[in-house]
Amino acid sequence: MVDLRAMTALGAHEPAVLTVGPLTITERFDIALASLAVRRGQDLTGAARAAGVPLPGPAQYQARAPYSAFWVTPEMWLVEAPFASHEEIAVHLKAAFGDAASVTEQTDAWVIFDLTAPDLALVLERLCNVDFRAAPEGYATRTVIDHLGCYLVKHGAGMARVYGPRSSAQSLLHAVEVAAASAL
Amino acid sequence: MSQSHRIDGGQIDRSKTLRFTFDGLPYQGHPGDTLASALLANGVRLMGRSFKYHRPRGPLSSGSEEPNALVELRSGGRQEPNTRATVAELFDGLAANSQNRWPSLRFDALAINDRLNAFFAAGFYYKTFMWPKSFWEKLYEPIIRRAAGLGSVSREEDPDSYDKGFLHCDLLVIGAGPAGLMAALTAGRAGKRVILADEDFAFGGRLNAETYAVGQASGADWAAATVAELSSMPNVRLMARTTVLGAFDHGIYSAVERVSDHLAVPAVGKPRQVLWRIYSQRAILCGGATERPIAFENNDRPGIMLAGSLRAYANRWGVKAGERVAVFTNNDDGLRTAADLTAKGVEVVAVIDSRQGDEVIDTSGRLGLKSITVRDREGGTREVRVDALGVSGGWNPNVNIHSHHRSRPVWDATIAAFVPGADGPPGLLVAGSAAGVMSTHGALRTGRDAAIAALGLTGRADMPEAEDAPISITPLWHVTHGKGRAWIDQQNDVTVKDIKLAEQENFTSVEHMKRYTTLGMATDQGKTGNVIGLAIMAELTGRSIPETGTTMYRPPYTPVALGALAGRSRGKEFKPYRLTPSHHWAAEQGATFVEVGNWLRTQWVPKAGETEWRQSVDREVLATRKSVGICDVTTLGKIDIQGTDAGAFLDRVYANTFSTLPVGKCRYGLMLREDGIVFDDGTTARMGEHEYVMTTTTANAVTVFRHLEFCRQCLWPDMDVQLISTTEAWAQFSVAGPNARKLLQKVVDQDISDAAFPYMGAGNITVGGLRARLFRISFSGELAYEIAVPTRYGDALLRRLMEQGAEFDAIVYGTEALGVMRIEKGHVAGGELNGQSTALNMGLGKMVSKKKDSIGMVLSQREGLTDPNGYRLVGARPVDPKGKLTAGSHFLEIGAAPVAANDGGWLSSKVYSPHVGSDIALGYLKGGDQKIGQRMRAVNLVGGTETLVDIVSPHFVDPEGERLRG
Repeated sequence: MVDLRAMTALGAHEPAVLTVGPLTITERFDIALASLAVRRGQDLTGAARAAGVPLPGPAQYQARAPYSAFWVTPEMWLVEAPFASHEEIAVHLKAAFGDAASVTEQTDAWVIFDLTAPDLALVLERLCNVDFRAAPEGYATRTVIDHLGCYLVKHGAGMARVYGPRSSAQSLLHAVEVAAASAL
Repeated sequence: MSQSHRIDGGQIDRSKTLRFTFDGLPYQGHPGDTLASALLANGVRLMGRSFKYHRPRGPLSSGSEEPNALVELRSGGRQEPNTRATVAELFDGLAANSQNRWPSLRFDALAINDRLNAFFAAGFYYKTFMWPKSFWEKLYEPIIRRAAGLGSVSREEDPDSYDKGFLHCDLLVIGAGPAGLMAALTAGRAGKRVILADEDFAFGGRLNAETYAVGQASGADWAAATVAELSSMPNVRLMARTTVLGAFDHGIYSAVERVSDHLAVPAVGKPRQVLWRIYSQRAILCGGATERPIAFENNDRPGIMLAGSLRAYANRWGVKAGERVAVFTNNDDGLRTAADLTAKGVEVVAVIDSRQGDEVIDTSGRLGLKSITVRDREGGTREVRVDALGVSGGWNPNVNIHSHHRSRPVWDATIAAFVPGADGPPGLLVAGSAAGVMSTHGALRTGRDAAIAALGLTGRADMPEAEDAPISITPLWHVTHGKGRAWIDQQNDVTVKDIKLAEQENFTSVEHMKRYTTLGMATDQGKTGNVIGLAIMAELTGRSIPETGTTMYRPPYTPVALGALAGRSRGKEFKPYRLTPSHHWAAEQGATFVEVGNWLRTQWVPKAGETEWRQSVDREVLATRKSVGICDVTTLGKIDIQGTDAGAFLDRVYANTFSTLPVGKCRYGLMLREDGIVFDDGTTARMGEHEYVMTTTTANAVTVFRHLEFCRQCLWPDMDVQLISTTEAWAQFSVAGPNARKLLQKVVDQDISDAAFPYMGAGNITVGGLRARLFRISFSGELAYEIAVPTRYGDALLRRLMEQGAEFDAIVYGTEALGVMRIEKGHVAGGELNGQSTALNMGLGKMVSKKKDSIGMVLSQREGLTDPNGYRLVGARPVDPKGKLTAGSHFLEIGAAPVAANDGGWLSSKVYSPHVGSDIALGYLKGGDQKIGQRMRAVNLVGGTETLVDIVSPHFVDPEGERLRG
């Protein structure tokens, strides 16, 4: 049992839930993340199937239990799982894939915000160059929000999960808040 | 004041009254008015003064092409100069002021320029201010700068916000007149994603300004019904008050949406404007056409307007511009104005049709039109008393956006105007009068057909019937009778005489003519004047108009507020910031922070009683060297490098070797650029057989990662290497000082004795069961470690270390103490990694391995970079311990003159060393390795200082490295 007390990216001990008009911003502190990259000449299909790790194609997010994943670059994914059960997600994945893959801990590299609003596209169009309205469900992309390199995954017409650099969590949140106040 | 010139009809809401002021006087208008229409309704014609001659001016137009009626809106931080009254939407409480006049609009002292006009002809700057040469900078230029410009700004900060955004669509329709509405309707009904943007606050374009029918309804009613249908379509986005500014590559258009300009104050949280970047599969330019005047003597008096605008004020805004009106035209469209005004009950006293041989040759009226002088076909002249004159010289299609990719418009003699050329931006079609199709029927038809063609639709939408009158025009650019000045470009006071002068002095190319005369510059960019100017130049040179050509069209179509271009990136929001894991702890201690890139790093942490930064920094240095200090080094770049070729990859990107590094060890690495100059440095640890963790400098974290990705993806794609940044994932702290091990041993779960965890060791450990990493590396010269835990636990780890370190008087030190200790130890950093220095310069030449190839190795061996007497890193210490050193000072031999030929090098970094007890510095000195022990001067000519220094080893602390291996 770890006896150090965790702090969220926003400097609190509990994740934030904020609302701006119809937009709800939920800080997700309960997701473990790791990168998974194929080593040269290796095929991860079998190990992935056995471990229950989806390996979606370009610009896609795919959910399974306990692992979900989205594509970030050729032969590389960000894999997520519940933090409570998979705090050591990199160890789990390394065990599943061995030397066939390179696995890197990424949980605290990112701050994760779930954005929900009936018409979320109105907020996102003020933030990033993503055609959210036309994107299919499960669309995953790299984008820039307020000068910050982020990932964005569409979970339905009214929800997006944004992964931003953890150290800039306050700036990213501020950008989302002012855009929501402006657009909604 | 009553609305003396308000007449029946129009699309204004007379049930509501809006109050506003102009130059402090109160007036009233109605919703739907522009500032110009409301002022005209109140009988106010005089709205501005011209740029050069300060001539009294009223509105020439009723749209964004307006050259004259420029005003300042609002006050304080919201003051906006150079706003066209013709597009400023009226709101209750609007305060507008005239500009470019002193002391008042009616009496402007600088109108003396008009009397002195002979001295202000085109090119007068270049001729007048030639002599004496020395007067230019000190006298002429300041005077000209004071006299130049139009409106003023308050210099207060704009309290409003501006957004930027991104839109995507199948079809962008630019302009919502008949062509644009029909195009949007056609595409919208087909289910396509459509954006319809118009700069006006009301959709409809000229349909709102004309009286003829579309189908069974008036044009305005058809427009309203069409907008209602479009509004009901979820796939159509209607953007009023939105000007498309330009066409860019790949179907990208920029547009500015004026969200709050029609409100006294933006609603809470709402921006004043939004700058949009629109990505469209296809676009249709339906930007309409702009009427042009005819040049004749004194054609610029308030009350003289474009004929189409005169009837727009009557039809759309219920305003008569005068009690007695005349129309001067060279085409049938001008006759419509006479007909419409007559139908409205306005007295039209004369129609002067140049096709009949009649011309207006002069006017009178100091502050507003009082009469015109008409010359008939027989040569007889008569004066006609009028207070408004509508002038129509024909209509120019608004080809601007279609020409933004350098497409040259082509001349269409049937309408005597330029129309879009064939090579416009890919995917952009043109319809309606922007394409030179001037009838309402033609606009509707081409709008519909363009949508069908752009989107590959099948079938044809129903189209209402509308007028389809042919164009009848006999070009007349300027009236040759009369000796006075005839204005072409009213904004810049360019007259026919100026064009003649330009031709006389051989500035006959349109681009030269523009710059010599200033034709077509400033806020209106010559929307009404350019074609007349080049037509006159064509006449003068005997060339045709198409041979003469047009100047280049460039974005933006209309002026854009700088705030819109800045968006949210201003003040504290200029860029995002990055917080270290220890930020909250440090803030609690009252730490001072310093910006390092986007990071806010702790600079020092003052204690009670410390009143000056040096006290804090000296204490932090001494406490660390005496016992133990902790520093947050999370900001250093951390890159995870894995793969079976990871070692070989590092051998190629680093000058020294890493493939031989044992697992569980780390090594200092030097990275060169391809040209052999040092790029970056840092330690890299081997965490597993095929797993390394590279550390970069804070400043180069991103550039090194990008460099490695370039190497991996482009230079050596066959290597089995995977990269990912982990800078943010780990909170990393340096724990340095003689008691560093004792402190850490209380916190970590493993044995970290020197035997178990020797110097340059690296490995995965645990802290109370938590996964962590430990590196035994030192930047201070002390026994030191860097410990990393997942970032969320960083704050808690620091608190734990401080709590457990109380018995050792542990302190946290900031970047200042970090800098002092690295200089005391002789480590290179920003001042030395200056992008010009080699490993040899830094005393690290032996690190560049010749046994293998690596980026920069070959070019680092260039003759010029391997001079044995070249720059070498040295230390410098003042002979007198109280002597002061200044970074940037130059080394000079004793007795040598302070000239470049005697320059020996420079001090790259300087600090006060509490350990040494004096200032110390690092520097690059020519042949420095041979000059240790010598005495030189450190001379700073800029600061006027000179200090006698001893050249010493750059290692002021523990040169043998016993402490860090202890």
